[in-house]
Amino acid sequence: MPLGSERRIRAAMETPLPAPAMTRRAAILSGARAAIGVPGLVLFASMTGFGGLVREAGLDLSIGLVMTGVIWALPSQVVLAGSIVGGASLFAAAAAVTLSAVRLMPMTAAIVPRLRGEGTSRRTLGALSHFVAVTPWVIGMAELPRLPRAVRPVWFAALGATLTLSNLAATALGYWSAAALPGRLAAALVFLTPAYFLVSMAGAARTTTDRLALALGLAATPLAGVLGLGPDLIWGGLVGGTVAFLVGRRGRRG
Amino acid sequence: MSGLDLGFDADLGPLWPYLFVLAAGFLATEVWRWAGVAFGGGLPEDSPLIGWVRAVATALVAGVVAKLILEPSGTLAETPALLRVAAAAAGLAAYLALRRNLLVGVAAAEAVLLGGWLLVG
Repeated sequence: MPLGSERRIRAAMETPLPAPAMTRRAAILSGARAAIGVPGLVLFASMTGFGGLVREAGLDLSIGLVMTGVIWALPSQVVLAGSIVGGASLFAAAAAVTLSAVRLMPMTAAIVPRLRGEGTSRRTLGALSHFVAVTPWVIGMAELPRLPRAVRPVWFAALGATLTLSNLAATALGYWSAAALPGRLAAALVFLTPAYFLVSMAGAARTTTDRLALALGLAATPLAGVLGLGPDLIWGGLVGGTVAFLVGRRGRRG
Repeated sequence: MSGLDLGFDADLGPLWPYLFVLAAGFLATEVWRWAGVAFGGGLPEDSPLIGWVRAVATALVAGVVAKLILEPSGTLAETPALLRVAAAAAGLAAYLALRRNLLVGVAAAEAVLLGGWLLVG
């Protein structure tokens, strides 16, 4: 084999390739541009549904905007809105939200090695980690390895800030739409959230445990509500999830 | 209500709803991101603990979905519960049957909801 082609093959196998230098300004623009695409559009549409949900739940727009800004994880936002509507105490609401958000830990742990520039402080990483949610995570995990290390933190900050701003706008748009639209269309806007979550969770469910957790969560939570066991979300999540986990493990062993 | 009613609607001043969201929303989610930074790459993704956590989170969000379908607020509550369940089931079926397209699934659910609503009157 000629030496040249061998070198080319080896170069093609060694991903990521050494990235060319990039200015800070170019990194900011690139990060902002990465927010525009199919994942960004899906998030925007879902966040519009959340805005409608906030309005139909009788909550203030400002509350919806604060939720989008500070929580920045749609499932946890929906869990909190649902807990508030259900009249949950602070502790029950915080417990339900925190259980829905544990997945952010392994996601953050996975992206930090790709995100870190040379000498990025832990404090900076802690601040940047606020932007970790499914959409920026998927975009970041794919794009970060292609970027020079030095500009990765600023690129991710630009991505996260752009997505946050556009989704604050989406929250407001959904809220106002629910107010302005005829009743049935407003209701259809609110129905986007459960329809979207149900379908995307079914799509993400690959193992027996995933599918069982989805089915048991759907069934156990209303059951806990009917039985009057107290915070139905926590009961449904803990019991449904634990049973799904145990059954899934037994299935894999046996 | 009792003296220690820490619900969202508790009469604890105009800033209370925002404090409620900061505590039950921001802190409750952000701690996991900070923990992720603290653990860095030293976290096995396939550990049983992570598997359990994922199952609980999935069941929890599925529970919210069930609540949004069975006990919605606002105008959506005027529809029969059976129609909402049928719409959700139709969305799921369309998604699974038609190339696992997210848009198709959501559109089918919405179409059954609005179409059924027109029929019911």
